[in-house]
Amino acid sequence: MTILQERVTTTAPVVKRKKRDWSVAIRVVVLLIASVFVLGPVLWTLSTSLRPPSESFQLPPAFLPLNPDLTSYEQVFKQLNIVALVVNSALVTGLIAVGQMITAALAGYAFAHLRFRGRGALFSIVLATMMVPAQVTIVPVFMLIRGVGLSDTLLALIIPAIPTAFGTFLMRQYFMGLPGELAEAAAIDGASPWRTFRSVYAPLAMPGLAIVGILAFNFHWNEFFRPLIMTISEQNFTLPLGLVSLQGNLGTGSISVVLAGVVLSMIPALVVFMFGQRALQDGLTAGTGK
Amino acid sequence: MSTATSTPTGTGSEPGRRQAAHKNGPGSKRGRVQQRWLPWAFLAPTIVGMGIFTLLPIVASIALAFFRWDIISAPTFVGFDNFAEVVQDPTVRVSFLNTIVFVVVAVALQLGLALGLAIMVQEKLPAWLRVFFRSAFFFPLILSAASVSIFMRYLFNEQFGVVNWLLSIVGIPAVPWLTTPTGSAAVVILVYVWQNFGFSFLLFIGGLASIPVETYEAASIDGATGWRKHWFVTLPLLSPTTLVASVMAIINALQVFDQPYVLTRGGPGDSTRTAVMVIFESAFQRLEFGEASAIGVILTLIIMAITAAQFRLSKRFVFYQ
Repeated sequence: MTILQERVTTTAPVVKRKKRDWSVAIRVVVLLIASVFVLGPVLWTLSTSLRPPSESFQLPPAFLPLNPDLTSYEQVFKQLNIVALVVNSALVTGLIAVGQMITAALAGYAFAHLRFRGRGALFSIVLATMMVPAQVTIVPVFMLIRGVGLSDTLLALIIPAIPTAFGTFLMRQYFMGLPGELAEAAAIDGASPWRTFRSVYAPLAMPGLAIVGILAFNFHWNEFFRPLIMTISEQNFTLPLGLVSLQGNLGTGSISVVLAGVVLSMIPALVVFMFGQRALQDGLTAGTGK
Repeated sequence: MSTATSTPTGTGSEPGRRQAAHKNGPGSKRGRVQQRWLPWAFLAPTIVGMGIFTLLPIVASIALAFFRWDIISAPTFVGFDNFAEVVQDPTVRVSFLNTIVFVVVAVALQLGLALGLAIMVQEKLPAWLRVFFRSAFFFPLILSAASVSIFMRYLFNEQFGVVNWLLSIVGIPAVPWLTTPTGSAAVVILVYVWQNFGFSFLLFIGGLASIPVETYEAASIDGATGWRKHWFVTLPLLSPTTLVASVMAIINALQVFDQPYVLTRGGPGDSTRTAVMVIFESAFQRLEFGEASAIGVILTLIIMAITAAQFRLSKRFVFYQ
């Protein structure tokens, strides 16, 4: 083996190897510059939030928080009812995510493993609704919510977001990947169709459900358009809405306070990024292949 | 998607029937009845919910476009008046024009950047570096567009912003980013692309991974190297991915709202007002729900037309393996 290796290395032309190293180096440098442009603004946000408000617009900017100062974080709790915002955002996001996981699992299972009339047509309709932009349906949804007396409540944000075409599509794909023989085996053991779903298929579909949940979390935690329309009073604001109104209320003198709020709002997203990045990437690009 | 829908899935009924027979004896009525309503019980939450919150609103939105309604007084039928008014309204016209310019520039930048970086990441690189770059470019996607626009507004501040400070190092005088029409449009585009190119990047990474290595080996035997290899091999083989990526990027960009709303509120003047901003303003600030619906219907028709056109074009230019 050593002889073989030696032969390979000695016969490979030295010039060519050097050239290839250069091209790798150039690529790495270009990619590093791109990552600096992508991550730089976030680092600046973090380090500026850790400065006293009076120094927040200091130039040259600091990208690393060398002398962390928590005044801005104290301030953001005083200037903004941030606890209420976090509670609202968590309630809205959490309930939507759980609601989507349950309804998508049920519907996805029916489309994948149960037989009924009009299944294909119904599934096509579900897929077609994915193409309608939310901004087009928002006016009638707003009127409906107002009509049933739910305007300016968190339920106005939660209920319309629970039925999910994309989640149903994802779960159908996931359940189709599980063999139908499992249901047969369960039936022989005397399990009812509901038990077959609940105890056999649903547990196996947990990774798919996690993707649906993470996608719902990522989207609705960051959502701005619907909360802007559906909520009126500040006690019902979610985090992005509260932060934008804080930026409007405060002058440029206390930008570190606003940025402290922005950093706090990013924490759950960061947790998802660290532990569920793969699931999130798979979910976002699901259905785009082929 | 099309392969998925055509896959036979008849396996579900078989065990069900057998199970009914097992439980209640052959020909049991109870078993068969249960089987019939069971799928609908599974589907009910999704189907009823979508009927109420998606299908009904679509129909209502189209109907509403032919009425004048301010929510307070009774709606009056006005035929095509809303469409006529909207088409002549200078603000609406400028906003649609802005949206088109935005889509063209932002999508071109987003796809170009994503493709270039994806090719660089996908070629020979240490594994840990590849993971790092992938995570870095993906990162902005997990942030809220509103939060991003908040800190970007500070970064693009004319006097104290980091962007102008960086430019001053290279000797470029302070750019009035958020106070001039072109500056504002540029900021909205840059901030949007900054946050969204990672999505196209992921799609391209997936597409590149599906190109067989043998194709490149064959190309290099034929003497193709460097950019020629990418021009003659990568691009044609990647065209299905490029189609999907561009359709999704265009549809998303057409609906841009958060960034211009937070960064510029559509100003200065109407220079960064977009189609969705106009829908929002006419419905929820001026209470002209009929007009807002008419604009929405026009936007939806544009989205559908572009999607159809892209798939038609794809028949000529997309190369499937």
